[in-house]
Amino acid sequence: MNRKVNGYPLVYLDNAATSQTPQKVIDAIVDYYSRYNANIHRGVHTLSQEATDIYEQARQKIQKHFNAAKRHEIIFTSGTTHGINLVANGFAAFLKKGDEIIVSALEHHSNIVPWQMLCERTGAVLKVIPMGLEGKLIMEEYHKLLSHRTKLVFCNHVSNALGTVNPIQEIIEAAHKMGAAVLIDGAQAAPHIKADVQKLDVDFYVVSAHKMCGPTGVGMLYGKEEWLNKLPPYQGGGEMIAEVSFEKTTYAELPHKFEAGTPNICGGIAFGAALDYMNAIGFEAIAQYEHELLEYATKELLAIDGLKIYGDLKEKTAVISFNIEGLHPYDIGSILDKLGVAVRTGHHCAQPIMDFYKIPGTVRASFSFYNTKEEVDILVASVRRAKTMLS
Amino acid sequence: MSIKEIQEEIVDEFSMFEDWMQRYEYMIELGKSLPMIKEQYKTEDNIIKGCQSKVWVHAELEGDKLVFTADSDAIITKGIIAILIRAFSNQKPKDIIDADTSFIDEIGLKEHLSPTRANGLVSMIKQLKLYAVAYQTQLN
Repeated sequence: MNRKVNGYPLVYLDNAATSQTPQKVIDAIVDYYSRYNANIHRGVHTLSQEATDIYEQARQKIQKHFNAAKRHEIIFTSGTTHGINLVANGFAAFLKKGDEIIVSALEHHSNIVPWQMLCERTGAVLKVIPMGLEGKLIMEEYHKLLSHRTKLVFCNHVSNALGTVNPIQEIIEAAHKMGAAVLIDGAQAAPHIKADVQKLDVDFYVVSAHKMCGPTGVGMLYGKEEWLNKLPPYQGGGEMIAEVSFEKTTYAELPHKFEAGTPNICGGIAFGAALDYMNAIGFEAIAQYEHELLEYATKELLAIDGLKIYGDLKEKTAVISFNIEGLHPYDIGSILDKLGVAVRTGHHCAQPIMDFYKIPGTVRASFSFYNTKEEVDILVASVRRAKTMLS
Repeated sequence: MSIKEIQEEIVDEFSMFEDWMQRYEYMIELGKSLPMIKEQYKTEDNIIKGCQSKVWVHAELEGDKLVFTADSDAIITKGIIAILIRAFSNQKPKDIIDADTSFIDEIGLKEHLSPTRANGLVSMIKQLKLYAVAYQTQLN
C-alpha cells in the first residue's frame, strides 16, 4: 500500500491487528467477482461448479498448509472469534457442573468471554494459568491446575499483546494425559509460524485470514475429525443439512455440518490465494527476516531513555509492546499517527495483562515481512520526536 | 464572557497555528495548566466512558454557575479537556445546555484527532451537558 497519512508516507506497523493485502490476493478477489461469482455446492450450472471447485481447492490449500489429515477437518469460519465460539458452544453438550476449563492469562478478550459464558451455562469452573513478569506462562502452575476434572484447555499460540510464543506442545501433551481437549488460538502465530496440526496433535486450531495477507471476515477452524463429529452444529440453515422434514433433520457430513448458509465464498478463495502468496515467499525466510527486523527495532528502541519493552525478549514474534516512563501510550500513539506511523495503543483487548503490569496500556508496533529497516528508523525517530513533544 | 465569546477567542488562538505540530504543542501546554481535580473526586463514578485514556470530571454549583474540574492520565486528552472547561466552566447550567459545540470543528480538533479520540471528545461534551441538565433541574 502506497499512500500518505497526514502528509507523511505511511509506515504501517499494526500488522498484528490486520496485515496488508498483496496484489495477488486482491486479484483473486476481483477475478472471483469478474468471472465465476455464483452460489456453491448447489447449482448444476457451469458457474456454480467452477466456484465450488475453486472454493474447495482453497480448503485443500488450507489443509495442506496446516497439514491436517483430512480436508473435511477444515471448517471455514468468519474468523478466529467465530471458531472459538463454535467450539465453546459445542462443548456445552459435554460439560457438567464441577468440570473445569483452563485458559491462559495471556488471552485476548475474545478468548475469555466465550468460556465465561459457557461456564455460566453449564456450571463448569474457569481456571487461569498465571503469567510471570517476563510475559511467560508459569508452566508449573499449569501442571498443578490440570486434573481429571479438566475437560478443555484453551490458549493462544502467540500472545497478541506481547508477542510471546507459548509452549503449546507441552500444554497439549499434558492436557491429553488428563483426557482433556485443547483448542489453540493461532491468530497471532499464523502470519509468522507454520503450525503442523498433526505434529502438535492439537484437537482444535483457529486462525483469521486477515492477519495473514487475506481478506477480513474469513478464517478457519481445524478440528480433529472425531471431535467435529461429536460436536453439535453451531448454526442451523442451508448447506448444513442432509434431509429435512418437520419431524427430524439429519445433519450434513463434515465440513458442511458447520457451514450453515451461503459462506464467504470469495473470502475463502482469497484466503487460499494469501496462503499461496506467503508460501511462495516461504515461512522460514519470513521468520528469519522478521527476526532481523525485530532485533534491530528492539535495539534501536531500547536506546531511547526511559523506554520499556513488555514481555520476553527471546521467545516471541515480531511484536514490540512498549511504554516510555511518564508518558501515556495514547499520547505517543497520537503523535506517531500525526507522523504517518500506524501503531496500536491501548490494552489490545487483553485487559488482564495490562492489570498484571499495572499500566493503562502499551504502544504496540507489530512488523510483517514487507516492513523494512528504513521503516524501523522512521518509527524510532518518530518515537523520539513524540517524547520530546510530550515531555 | 459568554460561552460563545470564549469559543470565538479559542478559535482565534488556534487560527494562528500553521500546522498540527504547533496545534498539538499548544494543547499539551494547555493540558499541563489544567486545574487539577481534587483526588477525592477521581472516582470510578466520575470516569467518562468512551475515552481510551481515563478522564475524570467533577461538577459543582457555585452560586448559579456550574464549575467543572477534571483530569486525565493522558496529556493530549488533558489539553482537550482544558479547552472544553475554558468554554463551559463557570457558566450557568442553562447556557451550557444551549451551547453550540461547532467550535470544536473550527479549531480542527475533531478532524485532526483519531476516530476513537473523537468519540472521547463527544463523550466529554455529552458528560458536561448532562451535568448541566442535572444541576438545572436542581436549580428549578
